[in-house]
Amino acid sequence: MDGTGFLQREHFGELIRILAGRGYRVIGPQLRDGAIVYDDLSEVAQLPSGVIMDVQPARVHATVTQLPRYFSWANGPQALKPLLFRPVETLWQACRDDKGRLEFSAADEQEARPLAVIGVRACDLAALELQDRHFLQGEYSDPHYARRREGLLLVAVNCTHPDATCFCASTGDGPQARTGFDLVLDELDTGFIIGAGSKRGTALMEDLSLLPVREDQLAKAAVSHQAAREAQTRALPPGDLYDALAARREHPHWQAVAERCLSCGNCTSVCPTCFCSHEREQPRLDGSGSVHLREWDSCFSEGHSYITGLVIRAEPRHRYRQWLTHKLGAWHRQYGRSGCVGCGRCIAWCPVGIDLCEETAAVLGGGHD
Amino acid sequence: MTERGIPMQVEVVERVQESPTVFTLQLRLIEEAQRDAYRFDPGQFNMLYLYGVGEVPISIDGDPDRPELLQHTIREVGRVSGGLARLQPGDRLGLRGPFGRGWPMERLDGRDVLIVTGGLGCAPVLPVIARLMRQRERYRRVAILQGVKHSDDLIWRERYDEWARLPDTQVLLAADVAGPQWHGAVGLVTTLFERLDIDLANSTTMMCGPEPMMVAASRELLQRGAGEDDIWLSMERNMQCAVGHCGHCQYGEKFICRDGPVFPYREIAALFGQRGV
Repeated sequence: MDGTGFLQREHFGELIRILAGRGYRVIGPQLRDGAIVYDDLSEVAQLPSGVIMDVQPARVHATVTQLPRYFSWANGPQALKPLLFRPVETLWQACRDDKGRLEFSAADEQEARPLAVIGVRACDLAALELQDRHFLQGEYSDPHYARRREGLLLVAVNCTHPDATCFCASTGDGPQARTGFDLVLDELDTGFIIGAGSKRGTALMEDLSLLPVREDQLAKAAVSHQAAREAQTRALPPGDLYDALAARREHPHWQAVAERCLSCGNCTSVCPTCFCSHEREQPRLDGSGSVHLREWDSCFSEGHSYITGLVIRAEPRHRYRQWLTHKLGAWHRQYGRSGCVGCGRCIAWCPVGIDLCEETAAVLGGGHD
Repeated sequence: MTERGIPMQVEVVERVQESPTVFTLQLRLIEEAQRDAYRFDPGQFNMLYLYGVGEVPISIDGDPDRPELLQHTIREVGRVSGGLARLQPGDRLGLRGPFGRGWPMERLDGRDVLIVTGGLGCAPVLPVIARLMRQRERYRRVAILQGVKHSDDLIWRERYDEWARLPDTQVLLAADVAGPQWHGAVGLVTTLFERLDIDLANSTTMMCGPEPMMVAASRELLQRGAGEDDIWLSMERNMQCAVGHCGHCQYGEKFICRDGPVFPYREIAALFGQRGV
């Protein structure tokens, strides 16, 4: 990459300070309650230094080591999704006067500052692009998502420690970030190779104390890219699975999954591309008005498919089938690619360890018609 | 690209109790500019908002050539529709719309037209019938079929009688269970197909009703010679945002609120009638 530079580990705090100084609300990874979470970041000491994660289906375990790395883990449950598509969002407010007249006003929650996120993964950038297609590029755009997206600044960090649940190499979305960022970092023990992906990124680099990048540093980064790809043991079959899954709509494995599935919706909450929401009314207790809210919803909930006295997907096997056939099939027809970016979150955070890759293989492998 | 908007204010102009659980609201936009700008296509729907309770999608069943009066016929089922049932003339509510793709009016010229409905599915086709009757010469024979569970569920009997008196217009009614004074057929709406006096191979069908009824009726019409591109169905799924974002109304790759609610049979044939989809 042209115009790269090397930021020594002891100078990493400069990046946080410069972003804050330019008016950004800086968000970055931190270890909290045994998991990596993304929250307000004001100093390097908050970063998850030396944290190594052991992630398996239904198991996430963090160990703090002396490893001189801030990003020696793959991801946490959140991704970028909650920063742009908020878990709860006010869409409008209504007021009624004493004559019964209504007045509607758009929720006008201006963000105080644009967001800058440090530590974005390739899978999250791929997911963000998909959420952009859903919320911004159709016939209607979502003004709430659009407002936050517009100012968003992204500092990607290439993944060096994929989890056992990761399979971004098979979906083509990682582990290396290739597009969609302002800055991209490769972490080495002594610091970071930094490159820009936008004009904003280039401008930021000018303010950092960068050294020239040495050949041996580039070589180390290339080795880590290769290693991160080869370390992945899970995979999804490539391509559009719409027809293959549709041909197996009555496969017995849907029921086998349903017998383990709790319909809890953890998978859809941690999925960086899932976009479902329901709308809810919250009248103020003093009668002065009513707030119309949007909240994340899940196709695993009973209410998701409710119509006039009837639940279309009353059985969990129908809900899991809906989720998987949408994610790996219908997404291709809706948005031109799979809805799965290989982050593995749905596997890690499923309380019973239902494994997207294994379940897909079981349904496709049966040859059932 | 349009930004998803907030509701407009409407008032109830008239309220008609059609049956013990079905009522019609005629609504008028309060703001003159909004009223002047509002147009809808037959088959589209609005989101009606009841203050402090929430929104429901309701098809527009008024006359598309008189869009200043927005008519909605609603069954009392849940919290919102139950509250809407209690509104009186002069009461205010919110409205977003119109949304979705409606009936294929541009494909009907010079053809026979068949309308097959079940239960409250008779409402979304009213704007179609209004157009057909106003410009009767543009279309050939028209057949209007309505099926109900019990003969007492039939609403708008006078309208059916009125349409039946028009030239080249056949009106056939069926009830699964018939009470006294029922002059229609007894059985499912499909039992009426025997008596159809139209050329199915050169007809366009518009259908709205419970999904099992639409599945059975479509298959039978196909067997009788109707084409897969000539049967149009108004589909129903949970719709909350009406702009293709909330995800509830997905049907395979379709968003029913945005890509439908009206689809030609061919577009949904692979999923139609499948359980749990």
